[in-house]
Amino acid sequence: MSDTADATNDTSEQAGPVLAADGTPLKRSLNRALRRQKLSALLLIAPLLIFILVTFIAPIADMLFRSVENQIVQDTLPRTTQTLAEWDSESGETPGAPVYKALYEDLFIAQERKLHTRLGSRLNYELTGASSLFRKSGRGVDDIGEVYQDQFEDLNDFWKKGENWNALLGSDAWLTEISGWKKSTGDVQPPFEMREGMAELLPETAEYYAIFADFVQNDDEDNLYKEDPWALIYSAFYDDLTGPTAAQIASYTGPASAELGEAAAAAPAFETVDYKAAFSEIDKDWGKTPIWGTIRAYSPALTNGYFLNAVDMQKSPDGPEFRPDNERIYGTLFLRTLFMSICITVSCILLGYPVAWILANLPARTANLLMILVLLPFWTSLLVRTSAWKVMLQQQGVINDTLVWLGIVADDSRLALINNQTGTIIAMTHILLPFMILPLYSVMQTVPPSYLRAAKSLGATNWTAFWRVYFPQSVPGIGAGSILVFILSIGYYITPEIVGGTTGTFISNRIAYHISSSLNWGLAAALGAILLAVVLGLYWTYDKIVGIDNVKLGG
Amino acid sequence: MVALTPISRKPVGFYVPVVAAAGAFAGLFVGTAQGSGLLGIVIGALTMGALAFILTQLIKNETIARWGSVILLAVIGFILGGVPMLVLGVIFGWFFGWFSFWLYEGRYRAKVAPYLTPGQVLWHFAFRIICGAILVFLITPILVVMPLSFNAENFFTFTPEMLRFDPEGYSLRHYKDFFNSSAWQGAVWNSVKIAPAATLLSVSFGTLAAIGLSQQHVPFRRAIMAILISPMIVPLIISAAGMYFFYSRVGLQGTYVGVVLAHAALGIPFVIITVTATLVGFDRSLTRAAANMGANPVTTFFRVQMPLILPGVISGGLFAFITSFDEVVVVLFVGSAGQKTLPWQMFTGLREQISPTILAVATILVVISICLLTVVELLRRRSERLRGMSPG
Repeated sequence: MSDTADATNDTSEQAGPVLAADGTPLKRSLNRALRRQKLSALLLIAPLLIFILVTFIAPIADMLFRSVENQIVQDTLPRTTQTLAEWDSESGETPGAPVYKALYEDLFIAQERKLHTRLGSRLNYELTGASSLFRKSGRGVDDIGEVYQDQFEDLNDFWKKGENWNALLGSDAWLTEISGWKKSTGDVQPPFEMREGMAELLPETAEYYAIFADFVQNDDEDNLYKEDPWALIYSAFYDDLTGPTAAQIASYTGPASAELGEAAAAAPAFETVDYKAAFSEIDKDWGKTPIWGTIRAYSPALTNGYFLNAVDMQKSPDGPEFRPDNERIYGTLFLRTLFMSICITVSCILLGYPVAWILANLPARTANLLMILVLLPFWTSLLVRTSAWKVMLQQQGVINDTLVWLGIVADDSRLALINNQTGTIIAMTHILLPFMILPLYSVMQTVPPSYLRAAKSLGATNWTAFWRVYFPQSVPGIGAGSILVFILSIGYYITPEIVGGTTGTFISNRIAYHISSSLNWGLAAALGAILLAVVLGLYWTYDKIVGIDNVKLGG
Repeated sequence: MVALTPISRKPVGFYVPVVAAAGAFAGLFVGTAQGSGLLGIVIGALTMGALAFILTQLIKNETIARWGSVILLAVIGFILGGVPMLVLGVIFGWFFGWFSFWLYEGRYRAKVAPYLTPGQVLWHFAFRIICGAILVFLITPILVVMPLSFNAENFFTFTPEMLRFDPEGYSLRHYKDFFNSSAWQGAVWNSVKIAPAATLLSVSFGTLAAIGLSQQHVPFRRAIMAILISPMIVPLIISAAGMYFFYSRVGLQGTYVGVVLAHAALGIPFVIITVTATLVGFDRSLTRAAANMGANPVTTFFRVQMPLILPGVISGGLFAFITSFDEVVVVLFVGSAGQKTLPWQMFTGLREQISPTILAVATILVVISICLLTVVELLRRRSERLRGMSPG
């Protein structure tokens, strides 16, 4: 079309505007037609494009995002990560008391919401033992808070009851609403409203009570009015009564001012809690630096930690470093995947080349018949072929039985053909061979057989004629087939899973393991992202060599 | 191919040793099977060399000689080892009878170029044997599975009864298991529910998009094509992982709709590729002619364009169907127990407690894929004929 447009351009320059039948300049009229054509093409493509973007590209993007996403630490321990930022990790000392206090508050809320175990398993990927540490601490934090709770309750029974707390902290309007509300009516529970001035008077208590109220009303769906507060509220209350805002309490005149005044007077004499000591008592790991270093290293919302893990590295105070030799598995696994894919590709070339050659050189009728032998496995279910190999390669399977019958191997030393690399390579070579033969065949069909004869009549030997004349012309086919086979084999999952045992598995099996068994989704995503990058690189090469438009299916 | 080279009878000194060598090769296997390879080689070479000489020089009449050798070896085989050896004897007799005369009459020369040296002729046939072996490698697993599925025992190898062709060794019990097991039937039913829905989705979206893509002016054609083809390129495990994460976020994980959507996405590249390939040969003047005669675009599409590209659309649909019907990785992650498809059931069976019922299922699937292959091939020919690309 651009040619036409140029041509129009030329004419208009020479002889004034050329007009279309309706009087508009031809150039504009053509442009409009072109635009309409483009638009209609796009409209036809749009539904599918949107469909693919939503059902396929979005999941892939989501996976890539997951490989760097790390919000769980920040979300679960917001106060701790904030205070921990000031800690000097290289000093070799544990963080100061405020950090432990923040940890207590975060962990208390997290264990009420049952989030601490998830955080524990997340950090366990980075530091072994973190999972049990968090589980243990989740059980322990209640005891820390109860020190204050008991003292306040001993002081006055008033502090035992949820209603009294609500009367103190809730606004009058909310209190009338909640007292008339019943769960059985099915109405929505009136959301908690803080009494005015409470946020200034008792800032910490107000903050945590709001969290408590939100949790009871929205997560537990219980009646907040009757609910007795968490131990955390008591420790916050103590902090407020002894903190910088304590002086204002004397001037407070609202409900429960008498009890509040009494508590404020008694609080300074209370037994206090040393959070650091309390945590060290729960588990002595809290008194050591590694767990703090890990929490700090993984506190940002985005992390490269999963990718570092995927390449056998880990975070350390001096930046990323390689893991100790005995913990490196992914490098070996990637290398093994590459090595086996190359083996499979090479065996496919060796087996596919002669077959493609003979298919391309036989008379069409015979070639079509033989082609069925290539296409039948291509069309047969992958599971069928894999099960066939599983059956044939077994110790008591057909191949070993035949070999034993022929006397080639002894009955007591049957070949181990399955659950190792050999099994995977044999089965996958068979499964991927048609993908090598088909592109090779279509390239070889275009090589005129007269070239070989010409070479021979000019005095070349068979080998020279093949190697110098025929082979170079079939190289594009080898390239196309190899990349296709390599791309397919590097991401294979089913066959290695079934015939590969432990030594014949690929990186994809590891990804599946992390998704379904170890639940380390971030690491699975990171491994997947690396694999995807390799495949896309190869795909790009394939596109340069062959062109995606030239992909043909089934001959 | 017609005969290229005039042929003539060969001297005894050439073909008898060659047949003897072949006999030695066969004798090696028979001998090792019986305990002594060396003895097998000697006996094989001697008997087969002698047989070749007797057949060609003493009997002379080719028909009689070849039948004679078949019957002779069959009888010897039967006496030595019953029915299995009889079959082996027939095969050996037929082969050596044919081989002797093929060499003796010089027929092997008929179809190769006359200027080839003996070494080159040898290579010519050796190469064919290699190719034959590779083709056998391609087809054997499928061929082995079929008879094994009729095994009367729970074994994955040929039992002595089967090798004796004893009817006792064969049974349909694994097929009965398949049809009577609720797990397998449930899996079949799930596959039958999922695959057509996914196919319908990918064919309807895919055909529209392919028509759009095959128009002359498509902005960002390459980029769009790359996106649409990507489900075929991205390794299945990555697609599965991504879909698992994303679909569980939006609540589609473990639902019928989720699996159908995932399978539709995987099938789309196949529809796009086959339909665009069909559209390459589509004559656009036909739609213009239809429009010229007053048909609106919808009528033009259904009455003119669709019938012509229908073969491509159907074979694209078959590809999409097979993709969904065979797919296991994605459904393993995106589906839940309620969407257990046939391949999934096979996969679990293969990984956990492998039972010969799987072989019965495999045989049924092979038969289905043979049918589909035939349909696709017929459609391809029809489409080429419709588009006038090939005369037949």
